[in-house]
Amino acid sequence: MSKDIVILGVGMHPWGKWGRSFIDYGVVAARAALKDAGVDWCDVQFVSGAATIRNGYPGQVSGATFAQALGWQGAQVNTSYAACASGSQALAAARSKILSGECELALVIGSDTTPKGFLAPAKGERPDDPDWVRFRLGITNPSYFALYARRRMALYGDTVDDFAQVKIKNSKHGCENPNARYRKCFSAAEVAASPMVANPLRLMDICATSDGAAALIVSSVDYARRIGRTDAPKVAAISTVTPTFASSMIEMPDLATDSAVSAAAHSFRAALPVKAYEEAGIGPQDIDLAEVYDLSTALELDWMEDLQLCARGEAAALLRSGATQVGGRIPVNASGGLACFGEAVPAQALAQVCELTWQLRGQAGARQVSADAKVGITANQGLFGHGSSVIVKR
Amino acid sequence: MSDKTERPFLEGWFTRDEAGAALIGTRCTSCGTYYFPRQTRFCRNPVCEGEQFEELALSRHGRLWSYTNACYQPPEPFIAAEPFEPFAIAAVELEAERMIVLGPVVQGVDVDALQVGMPMELVIERLCDTPSERLLSWKWKPVV
Ligand SMILES: [Zn+2]
Repeated sequence: MSKDIVILGVGMHPWGKWGRSFIDYGVVAARAALKDAGVDWCDVQFVSGAATIRNGYPGQVSGATFAQALGWQGAQVNTSYAACASGSQALAAARSKILSGECELALVIGSDTTPKGFLAPAKGERPDDPDWVRFRLGITNPSYFALYARRRMALYGDTVDDFAQVKIKNSKHGCENPNARYRKCFSAAEVAASPMVANPLRLMDICATSDGAAALIVSSVDYARRIGRTDAPKVAAISTVTPTFASSMIEMPDLATDSAVSAAAHSFRAALPVKAYEEAGIGPQDIDLAEVYDLSTALELDWMEDLQLCARGEAAALLRSGATQVGGRIPVNASGGLACFGEAVPAQALAQVCELTWQLRGQAGARQVSADAKVGITANQGLFGHGSSVIVKR
Repeated sequence: MSDKTERPFLEGWFTRDEAGAALIGTRCTSCGTYYFPRQTRFCRNPVCEGEQFEELALSRHGRLWSYTNACYQPPEPFIAAEPFEPFAIAAVELEAERMIVLGPVVQGVDVDALQVGMPMELVIERLCDTPSERLLSWKWKPVV
């Protein structure tokens, strides 16, 4: 039996620092997705919301908040929290409802309003919380991104110019995306002139935090057929696996990795797409485009290898060849990625799916990848062992 | 010299004995997995149900896995000196424990003096001063 569900509609509220409530952005995204799908809000049977909890700040209940804002109509509701993978878990909840026959039509939604400046932990002395301890030591999120970047330089010979090329490529893509927050093409000189934050990463190598919202209308294959939408892109796989012990990569907010004396070392990032490929019954050679979580420029290169789009250590060479830009063999972050959006945590994984949907429908305008593209993959990772990878196909 | 009272910024995370500075970890007596910070309740190895742990000093030396620095003042609960002094951060691989441990690098050593793979040793140094106390932390230092 097919485990596919159909993406009938997608919608976003542009990313930015708008200073309004996350509810406002979510309603805009939801209405755009409903209109795109051509279905009525009152026909939606399940609302699956993605929530955020930021460094100890309590999250806001998401599913019910949007069900009320759009007008109570008696739908079933759910809220998922999984850090950066919250959107994918909300999508997985909708897929389970649809595949089990409990509903046919669902709204999946994520929206965020971010505070100004560094993400910081809640107040108070909390020595039992590694997140508190690492901030007391002065180890911030960019510290981790920089450790990964420096490691690439030492192991594979990547250079800061390679990292800058990721920013240049993504900024070129984002210029053509009306939902992107930063729509400016950057040069290598501009990246090199931006202040050093965490050596070797400069300000322009690191993603900002943004306000934004993304929504999907998904349905059963039967429902799509009944309304004449058999050609719509489908969700072919959703991986939300946890790490496998011993997790050997130093991860936010931890101060140490697992010890690998009694179990083999495993990479969490590399495990995420493996499950997605398995579920979709395809391999990396079938992928036409990818949306990956470029929290830093260098991290995009790690993801390319974790997705097996190239061998370990060869991502910079693939980037330099031009293969990962729009028009290349395997475009990465055709949307502009986090470099142009900035992270709006509960919306981000859904924004990745929106982009794949527009690309596979041939509706991405000036940033459109090849018309032959049939399969796209997303990847993201967040705190506390959360991560996801979604495959969309047409 | 400061006449402030010195104390570790965290109790029970690191120590200084005759052999020098050391992180205090634990080891599962069933499967041998090491933990830092200390784990004393249950082993996280999925095939081990161990609930007995021995406390021990972790390796005082390791190899530099990667490094960076903090060019901007981190947010609270970081306690910054006035003016803020940038500092380096190290991720050090402990061979016997097969784990990587983060920590600040000692004062006066910036990224230019660091190289992936170089030997590092654990030391204890001032983390910051509060109005009444001097707080100490574990830090990593290149072995000269
Ligand atoms: Zn054990």
